[in-house]
Amino acid sequence: MYNWNWSVIWAVTSDGTSTYIGTLFQGLWWTLFVGLSAWCIALIVGTVLGVVRTFKSGVASKCADIYVEILRSIPLIVQMFLWFYVFPDLLPEALSKAVKEWDRFNILAAVICLALFTSARVAEQIRAGIQSIPSGQSNAAKALGMETAQVYQYVLVPVAFRKILPALTSEFLNIMKNTSVAFTIAVVELMAATRSMQEMTFQIFEAFTAATLIYLTVNLMVVKLMHSIENRFDVPGLSIKRTG
Amino acid sequence: MYLALASSARANHMSIEFESSVVLNALPQLIKGFAFTIELTVMSAAGGLVLGTLLALARLSSSKFLSRVAGGYVNILRSIPLLLVIFWFYFLVPYILAWMIGAKNPIELSPLSSCVITFIMFEACYFCEIMRAGIQSIPPGQLNAARALGMKYWTIMAYIVIPQAFRNMLPVLLSQTIVLFQDVSLVSILSMKDFFGSADFIAKRDGRPHEMYLVVAMVYLAICFLLSRVVKLVQQRVAIIR
Repeated sequence: MYNWNWSVIWAVTSDGTSTYIGTLFQGLWWTLFVGLSAWCIALIVGTVLGVVRTFKSGVASKCADIYVEILRSIPLIVQMFLWFYVFPDLLPEALSKAVKEWDRFNILAAVICLALFTSARVAEQIRAGIQSIPSGQSNAAKALGMETAQVYQYVLVPVAFRKILPALTSEFLNIMKNTSVAFTIAVVELMAATRSMQEMTFQIFEAFTAATLIYLTVNLMVVKLMHSIENRFDVPGLSIKRTG
Repeated sequence: MYLALASSARANHMSIEFESSVVLNALPQLIKGFAFTIELTVMSAAGGLVLGTLLALARLSSSKFLSRVAGGYVNILRSIPLLLVIFWFYFLVPYILAWMIGAKNPIELSPLSSCVITFIMFEACYFCEIMRAGIQSIPPGQLNAARALGMKYWTIMAYIVIPQAFRNMLPVLLSQTIVLFQDVSLVSILSMKDFFGSADFIAKRDGRPHEMYLVVAMVYLAICFLLSRVVKLVQQRVAIIR
């Protein structure tokens, strides 16, 4: 049967530079780095697209619809490979060459991929959030003499954000989990660190258990943090139920 | 200076190539991989729905122990990345099987059954949450009425609660199945030849990433787009007018 050996977690890696738990935490650092950078971009792009999608007509709203539809219909790993293997060839030659020689391009590709992948989902939430606001509010804002842009800036978007905070929390947890797919393009995040620990030590389940505990801890901390933020920004009588 | 001019002249030249013959030659393997993906999706969705419904009943059961265990299982699996779950089950299931039948060595599993087990166990968590919402959406008056008629717990569940919950949640269950269909592509990290895995294999073997990855993306896009339209139609049809 399986030989358990928990001390392997504290053992020094074969290249002697760190312990295995140390490599896992280095992996976690990259997971957080990629996840957080992608999340910032996703939030901005997603908000803009979500607002555009609430426009009743026009090319922009159609384009935003198509963008969301495309990004939601292609598996994440396929998108990751497109950004990493195909996208550099779409660039002008000089830039393309530079990108291919840059050894950190995989991290950039992972950030772009996760950002756009998540932005489509954020856009969907923002649109739903804005559309759930009674039209009386925007009518009232217009009656006060606000321009359309001002109605969005001061009324619709802030209220929508407060309403969809629980949904955004789960999107944030998703992006942290999805960061693991970046390991397929050789980003040394937590999943990759776990795999290399497993392959070096052959202690499969110790490596996976450690990674699982780290992911659970991060998850728990995010949930606790967001819960207090949600309580702080809850709109009395307006909150919609958590969608999972 | 001369060099700079030359490179700027070529700056607008894109070096993406797409040869349809590459795709045509790969077609037999792609179709085989696609069949694997469909097989895996359908089996996992069916198994996941059954297990997920049982988990939902366990979570809602009056037994504290049962609801805690089910809740813990669902929450843990939903908090860790699917990739990690795939690795967990890929390595763990042979040991569990060996333990169950008392064998000394881990049991070797076929790639398909290993993946099916993984996705059933994982997808059950998501189906569980959907079915739980569905079950809770049934007005308690119906349960009381059924109890007053002398029905037992399992009869009430099988004939009254679950059919309605399933109907109410059908659009959500179908959306989740589309997500599953896309998630199945992750088994390619175990060098499995699902649709994406077989395309990835050829892309790397023949050095044709453009053709293979773009074709896979197009096919997924077309299918998922169509399926999401179908879900919208289903949504309109099953909506109960009260």
